[in-house]
Amino acid sequence: MQHMEFKVKWGMVIDLDKCTGCGACSIACRAENNIPPMQDASNKLRTTDWMNIYELSNGKKFPDLEIAYLPRPCMQCGKPSCSTVCPVVATTKDEEGGIVSQVYPRCIGCRYCMAACPYHARYFNWFDPIWPEGMEKTLTPYVSARPRGVVEKCTFCHHRFNAAKEQARMSGADPLDLPEDAYIPACAEVCPTGAIVFGNLKNPEHRVAKLAASKYAFRLLARLGTDPQVYYYSKRDWVRQLGDNYLQKELKGGEHV
Amino acid sequence: MSEREFWPEGVERCDLGKFLAWLGFISIFLVWGAYGAYKVLGTGIGVTALDNYFGFGLWITFDLAVIALGAGAFFSGFLRYIMRIDELKNIINLAVIVGFLCYSGAMLILVLDIGQPLRAWFGYWHPNVHSMLTEVIFCITCYCTVLIIEYVPLILENRQIAKNRFCHHLAHNFHVYMPLFAGIGTFLSTFHQGSLGGMYGVLFGRPFVFREGFFIWPWTFFLFVASAIASGPAFTMLCATFMETITGRKLVSYETKKLMGKIAGLLLCFYMFFKILDTYAWAKGILPGMGLTFDQMYNSAAGYGKTWLWVELFWCGVIPAIMLVTPAVRNRPALLYTAAILDCVGIVINRFVFTVQALAIPVMPFDQWFSYAPNWAEWSTSLMIIAYGFLVMSLSYRYLPIFPQERALNR
Ligand code: SF4
Repeated sequence: MQHMEFKVKWGMVIDLDKCTGCGACSIACRAENNIPPMQDASNKLRTTDWMNIYELSNGKKFPDLEIAYLPRPCMQCGKPSCSTVCPVVATTKDEEGGIVSQVYPRCIGCRYCMAACPYHARYFNWFDPIWPEGMEKTLTPYVSARPRGVVEKCTFCHHRFNAAKEQARMSGADPLDLPEDAYIPACAEVCPTGAIVFGNLKNPEHRVAKLAASKYAFRLLARLGTDPQVYYYSKRDWVRQLGDNYLQKELKGGEHV
Repeated sequence: MSEREFWPEGVERCDLGKFLAWLGFISIFLVWGAYGAYKVLGTGIGVTALDNYFGFGLWITFDLAVIALGAGAFFSGFLRYIMRIDELKNIINLAVIVGFLCYSGAMLILVLDIGQPLRAWFGYWHPNVHSMLTEVIFCITCYCTVLIIEYVPLILENRQIAKNRFCHHLAHNFHVYMPLFAGIGTFLSTFHQGSLGGMYGVLFGRPFVFREGFFIWPWTFFLFVASAIASGPAFTMLCATFMETITGRKLVSYETKKLMGKIAGLLLCFYMFFKILDTYAWAKGILPGMGLTFDQMYNSAAGYGKTWLWVELFWCGVIPAIMLVTPAVRNRPALLYTAAILDCVGIVINRFVFTVQALAIPVMPFDQWFSYAPNWAEWSTSLMIIAYGFLVMSLSYRYLPIFPQERALNR
């Protein structure tokens, strides 16, 4: 599949030196996107965390041990490994700022996209969603609840993008040229340390575009060629190096290093 | 009218009580599997041991394995009707039934496997032309239809049904057009066998299975076709031998079996040559290009050690290939059957590692290995499909004239 380029390219930069692994982004994501609480969450490989947080370590012993936390939303790849394989076009890379969309009523639940995604960013609904009584009052009305048997994933809170565009249209502004922070996903909004920066990667005025161009920025598994729209940022070499697989002789790591 | 009059002309079968007892035994698995299917369809595939890492597991392995082993149908049909190898007429009916069972069984499992079975038809309604799975969906259902068309005349040949003039003529006409269906079947089957391999080969996010392209297809497309035609004839021949063991009657001449073994052997040599080249190119080219080493692809502690690779390539690949192309080996039944079994096991291992090990391997450097073991829901439904195969095969053997040599061989 050829590389997809659109006028607007929503992206994220996550500063791993600022992230404390508190999990607020993950919780905000669950609340914002109507992810149901699990009856039994003991099997962590069956949970639905659109924003999963990985713990990275430099592999050394105390006192040299260092830890970093890596929140992992959907990478919204420029060349997605998931959408080309979907037999029913239930997932596509579209004009909406390059966000990889997921059409729940069309998904047949074959899970081929899950096998394709190297980031494990896709989640299957193993069980019927069950909402505790009273929780319906807290559900986000703009996000559909997913039935059992379909695959779901982070959409950069796409409904917020729609709302921002509507707002822009109403005020006579250009919906394709939203100002910084007119649209930000729940995770970026809630992050207490400001580790998550969100914006249009194609707008040089946006902070996200500047950070992504930094020599400390890198993307996960960049050499696979998925071209993610999520960037990570760290001044620590070992963290950048963990962004991709490297052989002994090419131990440098990090896209710009 | 006694039940005996439904048997093919001039053959012997066990008494009805014994046959019903056998069907009763098979039914145990059918009932257990039906309960598993009821749970899966009623409460979703959360009852299985699959998870977000192992979206594919026993079911998909089973599907791919039986589809490969069922390739005897299309390939024997191709050799019999298009290449005109006349000797194969003695086993072609069996090959068709085995193929039908493998494909219909695979489709039944797929209905359970997808999260939204009621949307299964979306594959036709909203096809994604870029997806190998779309091609598989189209080809597999079309080919299953072809197999049904090939199976129907066999049913119409039942002694009692054939007394009806219309059925008799219909069966005859089906036979006249069989080369046409064999041709269509060969075309469809080649493509979906290949696309099943292509399904894995295009996963560029999974270095274990990703392969470079040849035209629009990754290498795995061709490897899967080759491995299927290398194991399908061997499997059909083993099915005939197994039926002979169970029924105590000679069904297919040893000459025909040797021919099937020879065909499988030649194709296995062809396949192994390219499979070994592929493994080498993958280990030396693709993996380092992705910053990975051969060793990182295997993990004994997680149950995915290199043993699988060596068993697949050497013990179940090179060894049976040599055995099957050696006439002295083929002349000894025990060795011929052993080689055929190894051949089939090797292909099943290949489908297993492509399905399960590919997902177990961590791709992100900070991720870890995970293991998967199927649970009762997956086993029961898979065994149900095998039992369904036994059921249809038992009925076919008892009531349909599928072995043209049977009377002469048991005189
Ligand atoms: S699970 Fe749904 S989205 Fe994923 S490949 Fe299958 S049909 Fe497409």
